[in-house]
Amino acid sequence: MIVFDKPKCLKDAPMHYCPGCAHGLVHRIVAQAVDELDIQDKTIGVAPVGCAVFAYNYFDVDMVEASHGRAPAVATGVKRADPSRIVFAYQGDGDLASIGMTETVHTAARGENLTVIFINNAIYGMTGGQMAPTSLPGQITQTSPYGRDVNTVGYPVKVCELLATLEAPYYIERVAVNSVKNVRRAEKAIRKAFQNQIEGKGYSFVEVVAACPTNWKMKPVDANRWVEEQMIPYYPLGVFKDKDEQK
Amino acid sequence: MGKITFDSDLCKGCGLCVEACPKGLIFIDTGTLNQKGYHPAATAEDAPCIGCAFCAMMCPDCVIKVEK
Repeated sequence: MIVFDKPKCLKDAPMHYCPGCAHGLVHRIVAQAVDELDIQDKTIGVAPVGCAVFAYNYFDVDMVEASHGRAPAVATGVKRADPSRIVFAYQGDGDLASIGMTETVHTAARGENLTVIFINNAIYGMTGGQMAPTSLPGQITQTSPYGRDVNTVGYPVKVCELLATLEAPYYIERVAVNSVKNVRRAEKAIRKAFQNQIEGKGYSFVEVVAACPTNWKMKPVDANRWVEEQMIPYYPLGVFKDKDEQK
Repeated sequence: MGKITFDSDLCKGCGLCVEACPKGLIFIDTGTLNQKGYHPAATAEDAPCIGCAFCAMMCPDCVIKVEK
Protein backbone atom coordinates (compact mmCIF):
# COMPACT_ATOMS: atom_id res chain seq x y z
CA MET A 1 0.00 0.00 0.00
CA ILE A 2 1.32 3.42 -0.92
CA VAL A 3 1.40 5.74 2.09
CA PHE A 4 2.91 8.74 0.32
CA ASP A 5 3.70 9.53 -3.29
CA LYS A 6 4.13 12.63 -5.43
CA PRO A 7 0.71 14.29 -6.08
CA LYS A 8 -0.46 13.70 -9.64
CA CYS A 9 -1.03 17.39 -10.25
CA LEU A 10 2.71 18.04 -9.82
CA LYS A 11 4.78 17.51 -12.97
CA ASP A 12 7.94 15.41 -13.02
CA ALA A 13 10.12 18.42 -13.87
CA PRO A 14 12.94 18.86 -11.33
CA MET A 15 12.34 22.06 -9.35
CA HIS A 16 14.86 24.88 -9.69
CA TYR A 17 14.57 25.85 -6.01
CA CYS A 18 17.61 25.75 -3.72
CA PRO A 19 18.14 22.76 -1.40
CA GLY A 20 15.75 22.96 1.54
CA CYS A 21 13.62 25.74 0.02
CA ALA A 22 10.08 25.70 1.36
CA HIS A 23 8.56 26.56 -2.03
CA GLY A 24 8.80 22.94 -3.17
CA LEU A 25 7.07 21.81 -0.01
CA VAL A 26 4.24 24.31 -0.41
CA HIS A 27 3.88 23.35 -4.10
CA ARG A 28 3.41 19.78 -2.94
CA ILE A 29 0.78 20.80 -0.37
CA VAL A 30 -1.17 22.86 -2.93
CA ALA A 31 -0.97 20.03 -5.50
CA GLN A 32 -2.14 17.55 -2.90
CA ALA A 33 -5.13 19.74 -1.99
CA VAL A 34 -6.07 20.01 -5.68
CA ASP A 35 -5.79 16.21 -6.02
CA GLU A 36 -7.83 15.50 -2.92
CA LEU A 37 -10.62 17.85 -3.93
CA ASP A 38 -10.51 16.43 -7.48
CA ILE A 39 -10.44 19.86 -9.15
CA GLN A 40 -7.38 19.48 -11.39
CA ASP A 41 -9.40 19.96 -14.59
CA LYS A 42 -10.94 23.23 -13.53
CA THR A 43 -8.13 24.84 -11.53
CA ILE A 44 -6.25 27.88 -12.83
CA GLY A 45 -3.18 29.07 -10.96
CA VAL A 46 -1.62 32.51 -11.13
CA ALA A 47 2.18 32.55 -10.76
CA PRO A 48 3.98 35.54 -9.21
CA VAL A 49 7.28 37.26 -9.94
CA GLY A 50 9.95 36.03 -7.53
CA CYS A 51 11.46 32.65 -6.85
CA ALA A 52 8.15 30.94 -7.64
CA VAL A 53 7.98 32.57 -11.09
CA PHE A 54 8.36 29.16 -12.75
CA ALA A 55 5.48 27.64 -10.76
CA TYR A 56 3.77 27.06 -14.12
CA ASN A 57 6.46 24.51 -14.96
CA TYR A 58 5.60 22.43 -11.92
CA PHE A 59 1.81 22.49 -11.49
CA ASP A 60 -0.09 20.31 -13.91
CA VAL A 61 -3.01 22.75 -14.08
CA ASP A 62 -3.68 25.77 -16.29
CA MET A 63 -1.46 28.65 -15.22
CA VAL A 64 -1.21 32.38 -15.91
CA GLU A 65 1.89 34.46 -15.24
CA ALA A 66 1.11 37.86 -13.70
CA SER A 67 3.34 40.92 -13.67
CA HIS A 68 5.04 41.77 -10.40
CA GLY A 69 2.54 41.88 -7.53
CA ARG A 70 -0.52 41.77 -9.77
CA ALA A 71 -1.45 38.12 -9.22
CA PRO A 72 -4.66 38.85 -7.23
CA ALA A 73 -5.80 41.33 -9.90
CA VAL A 74 -5.17 38.80 -12.68
CA ALA A 75 -6.85 36.10 -10.60
CA THR A 76 -9.87 38.39 -10.13
CA GLY A 77 -10.14 38.74 -13.91
CA VAL A 78 -9.87 35.00 -14.49
CA LYS A 79 -12.43 34.21 -11.81
CA ARG A 80 -14.93 36.81 -13.01
CA ALA A 81 -14.56 35.69 -16.62
CA ASP A 82 -15.35 32.11 -15.70
CA PRO A 83 -16.69 31.68 -12.15
CA SER A 84 -16.86 27.88 -12.60
CA ARG A 85 -13.04 27.74 -12.38
CA ILE A 86 -11.10 27.37 -9.16
CA VAL A 87 -8.49 30.13 -9.16
CA PHE A 88 -5.52 30.47 -6.86
CA ALA A 89 -2.71 33.02 -6.64
CA TYR A 90 0.66 31.85 -5.34
CA GLN A 91 2.89 34.71 -4.16
CA GLY A 92 5.99 35.46 -2.16
CA ASP A 93 6.51 38.29 0.30
CA GLY A 94 8.31 40.69 -2.03
CA ASP A 95 5.51 40.20 -4.54
CA LEU A 96 2.49 40.28 -2.25
CA ALA A 97 3.52 42.51 0.66
CA SER A 98 5.55 45.10 -1.23
CA ILE A 99 4.79 45.91 -4.86
CA GLY A 100 1.49 44.02 -4.80
CA MET A 101 0.13 45.38 -1.52
CA THR A 102 -2.53 47.48 -3.27
CA GLU A 103 -3.87 44.54 -5.27
CA THR A 104 -3.74 42.29 -2.22
CA VAL A 105 -5.67 44.67 0.04
CA HIS A 106 -8.28 45.63 -2.55
CA THR A 107 -8.86 42.05 -3.70
CA ALA A 108 -9.43 41.12 -0.06
CA ALA A 109 -11.61 44.18 0.51
CA ARG A 110 -13.81 43.19 -2.43
CA GLY A 111 -14.03 39.68 -1.03
CA GLU A 112 -13.30 38.03 -4.38
CA ASN A 113 -13.96 34.28 -4.34
CA LEU A 114 -10.27 33.35 -4.64
CA THR A 115 -7.59 31.42 -2.81
CA VAL A 116 -4.33 33.25 -2.15
CA ILE A 117 -1.25 31.37 -0.93
CA PHE A 118 1.38 33.70 0.54
CA ILE A 119 4.93 32.48 1.19
CA ASN A 120 6.57 34.64 3.85
CA ASN A 121 10.30 33.97 4.13
CA ALA A 122 11.29 37.45 5.35
CA ILE A 123 13.62 38.17 2.43
CA TYR A 124 13.74 38.78 -1.33
CA GLY A 125 14.95 35.43 -2.59
CA MET A 126 15.30 35.64 -6.38
CA THR A 127 17.15 38.96 -6.48
CA GLY A 128 19.74 37.79 -3.97
CA GLY A 129 18.60 38.37 -0.42
CA GLN A 130 17.59 42.02 -0.06
CA MET A 131 15.44 43.29 2.82
CA ALA A 132 11.74 42.61 2.35
CA PRO A 133 8.74 44.31 3.99
CA THR A 134 8.55 41.18 6.15
CA SER A 135 12.24 41.05 7.25
CA LEU A 136 12.47 40.90 11.03
CA PRO A 137 13.81 43.83 13.13
CA GLY A 138 17.60 43.43 13.31
CA GLN A 139 17.68 40.87 10.48
CA ILE A 140 20.86 41.04 8.39
CA THR A 141 20.27 41.11 4.64
CA GLN A 142 22.16 42.42 1.59
CA THR A 143 20.54 45.84 1.97
CA SER A 144 20.59 45.92 5.78
CA PRO A 145 24.13 44.71 6.59
CA TYR A 146 23.89 46.07 10.15
CA GLY A 147 20.45 44.53 10.68
CA ARG A 148 17.03 46.01 9.91
CA ASP A 149 16.87 49.36 11.69
CA VAL A 150 13.22 49.97 12.57
CA ASN A 151 13.88 53.69 13.17
CA THR A 152 14.68 54.30 9.52
CA VAL A 153 12.87 51.59 7.58
CA GLY A 154 10.00 50.79 9.91
CA TYR A 155 8.56 47.55 11.14
CA PRO A 156 7.74 44.34 9.27
CA VAL A 157 4.23 44.10 7.86
CA LYS A 158 1.98 41.46 9.39
CA VAL A 159 -0.23 40.74 6.42
CA CYS A 160 -2.70 38.36 8.09
CA GLU A 161 -3.43 40.82 10.91
CA LEU A 162 -3.79 43.64 8.37
CA LEU A 163 -6.24 41.76 6.13
CA ALA A 164 -8.20 40.48 9.12
CA THR A 165 -9.33 44.04 9.87
CA LEU A 166 -11.27 44.08 6.59
CA GLU A 167 -14.93 43.12 6.47
CA ALA A 168 -15.02 40.95 3.35
CA PRO A 169 -12.38 38.18 3.68
CA TYR A 170 -13.86 34.84 4.62
CA TYR A 171 -10.88 32.92 5.91
CA ILE A 172 -7.38 34.06 6.95
CA GLU A 173 -4.85 31.76 8.55
CA ARG A 174 -1.09 31.74 9.14
CA VAL A 175 0.75 28.42 9.12
CA ALA A 176 4.39 27.30 8.93
CA VAL A 177 6.19 24.38 7.24
CA ASN A 178 9.22 23.97 9.52
CA SER A 179 8.14 20.74 11.23
CA VAL A 180 5.92 17.74 10.53
CA LYS A 181 3.28 19.07 12.94
CA ASN A 182 3.17 22.45 11.22
CA VAL A 183 3.15 20.85 7.75
CA ARG A 184 0.05 18.88 8.80
CA ARG A 185 -1.67 22.11 9.84
CA ALA A 186 -0.62 23.80 6.61
CA GLU A 187 -2.13 20.94 4.58
CA LYS A 188 -5.40 21.35 6.43
CA ALA A 189 -5.46 25.15 6.04
CA ILE A 190 -4.70 25.10 2.31
CA ARG A 191 -7.31 22.41 1.68
CA LYS A 192 -9.86 24.50 3.56
CA ALA A 193 -8.91 27.58 1.53
CA PHE A 194 -9.71 25.67 -1.69
CA GLN A 195 -12.84 24.11 -0.19
CA ASN A 196 -14.15 27.59 0.70
CA GLN A 197 -13.77 28.68 -2.90
CA ILE A 198 -15.53 25.57 -4.23
CA GLU A 199 -18.43 26.34 -1.90
CA GLY A 200 -18.41 29.96 -3.10
CA LYS A 201 -17.79 31.36 0.35
CA GLY A 202 -15.30 34.06 -0.66
CA TYR A 203 -11.75 35.28 -0.20
CA SER A 204 -9.44 32.78 1.53
CA PHE A 205 -5.87 33.69 2.41
CA VAL A 206 -3.20 31.36 3.80
CA GLU A 207 0.19 32.77 4.84
CA VAL A 208 2.96 30.19 5.07
CA VAL A 209 5.96 31.14 7.21
CA ALA A 210 8.81 29.51 5.32
CA ALA A 211 12.57 29.18 5.28
CA CYS A 212 15.03 30.57 2.73
CA PRO A 213 18.26 28.77 3.73
CA THR A 214 20.36 30.19 0.88
CA ASN A 215 19.71 33.87 1.53
CA TRP A 216 19.62 33.48 5.29
CA LYS A 217 23.03 31.81 4.82
CA MET A 218 22.08 28.80 6.94
CA LYS A 219 21.83 25.06 6.52
CA PRO A 220 18.24 23.94 5.80
CA VAL A 221 17.84 22.30 9.20
CA ASP A 222 19.16 25.42 10.99
CA ALA A 223 16.88 27.60 8.87
CA ASN A 224 13.84 25.64 10.06
CA ARG A 225 15.04 26.12 13.62
CA TRP A 226 15.34 29.87 12.96
CA VAL A 227 11.73 29.87 11.75
CA GLU A 228 10.69 28.30 15.05
CA GLU A 229 12.81 30.56 17.26
CA GLN A 230 12.69 33.92 15.47
CA MET A 231 9.91 34.10 12.91
CA ILE A 232 7.01 32.38 14.65
CA PRO A 233 7.28 34.61 17.78
CA TYR A 234 6.93 37.67 15.51
CA TYR A 235 4.42 36.08 13.13
CA PRO A 236 2.19 34.03 15.45
CA LEU A 237 0.47 31.07 13.81
CA GLY A 238 -3.26 30.64 13.90
CA VAL A 239 -6.62 31.54 12.39
CA PHE A 240 -7.14 35.28 12.18
CA LYS A 241 -10.55 35.20 10.58
CA ASP A 242 -12.97 32.41 9.82
CA LYS A 243 -16.57 33.32 9.11
CA ASP A 244 -17.50 29.63 9.51
CA GLU A 245 -16.91 30.06 13.21
CA GLN A 246 -18.67 33.40 13.50
CA LYS A 247 -21.99 31.86 12.48
CA MET B 1 6.93 -2.84 7.84
CA GLY B 2 7.36 0.28 5.78
CA LYS B 3 9.55 0.83 2.77
CA ILE B 4 10.92 4.11 1.45
CA THR B 5 12.36 4.65 -2.01
CA PHE B 6 14.24 7.72 -3.17
CA ASP B 7 14.14 9.26 -6.62
CA SER B 8 17.81 10.05 -5.98
CA ASP B 9 18.45 12.18 -9.04
CA LEU B 10 15.91 14.75 -7.81
CA CYS B 11 17.42 14.91 -4.32
CA LYS B 12 19.33 18.07 -3.34
CA GLY B 13 20.74 16.66 -0.12
CA CYS B 14 19.11 19.29 2.13
CA GLY B 15 18.83 16.82 4.99
CA LEU B 16 15.31 17.76 6.15
CA CYS B 17 14.25 14.09 5.89
CA VAL B 18 17.23 13.05 8.03
CA GLU B 19 15.97 15.40 10.74
CA ALA B 20 12.33 14.29 10.37
CA CYS B 21 12.83 10.52 10.65
CA PRO B 22 11.79 9.49 14.19
CA LYS B 23 13.88 6.31 13.88
CA GLY B 24 16.99 8.02 12.50
CA LEU B 25 17.13 5.67 9.50
CA ILE B 26 18.00 8.18 6.80
CA PHE B 27 21.48 9.52 6.11
CA ILE B 28 23.17 11.68 3.49
CA ASP B 29 25.21 9.35 1.32
CA THR B 30 28.47 11.27 0.99
CA GLY B 31 29.98 8.42 -1.02
CA THR B 32 27.83 9.11 -4.11
CA LEU B 33 26.91 12.05 -6.29
CA ASN B 34 23.65 12.29 -8.23
CA GLN B 35 22.99 13.83 -11.64
CA LYS B 36 22.73 17.32 -10.10
CA GLY B 37 26.01 16.90 -8.22
CA TYR B 38 24.50 16.61 -4.74
CA HIS B 39 25.05 13.89 -2.16
CA PRO B 40 21.58 12.28 -2.05
CA ALA B 41 19.67 11.03 0.99
CA ALA B 42 19.61 7.26 1.39
CA THR B 43 18.64 4.50 3.75
CA ALA B 44 19.83 0.96 4.38
CA GLU B 45 18.14 -1.81 2.37
CA ASP B 46 16.76 -3.51 5.50
CA ALA B 47 16.05 -0.37 7.56
CA PRO B 48 13.22 -0.98 10.09
CA CYS B 49 10.98 1.75 8.59
CA ILE B 50 7.62 2.26 10.33
CA GLY B 51 5.99 3.92 7.30
CA CYS B 52 5.09 7.18 9.08
CA ALA B 53 5.99 9.21 5.94
CA PHE B 54 7.38 12.11 8.02
CA CYS B 55 10.43 12.17 5.70
CA ALA B 56 8.27 12.45 2.60
CA MET B 57 6.12 15.16 4.20
CA MET B 58 9.17 17.32 4.86
CA CYS B 59 10.84 16.72 1.47
CA PRO B 60 10.71 19.90 -0.65
CA ASP B 61 11.31 18.00 -3.89
CA CYS B 62 8.94 15.01 -3.61
CA VAL B 63 11.88 12.64 -3.78
CA ILE B 64 10.50 10.06 -1.37
CA LYS B 65 7.85 7.42 -1.93
CA VAL B 66 6.59 5.56 1.14
CA GLU B 67 4.92 2.15 1.10
CA LYS B 68 3.63 0.05 3.91
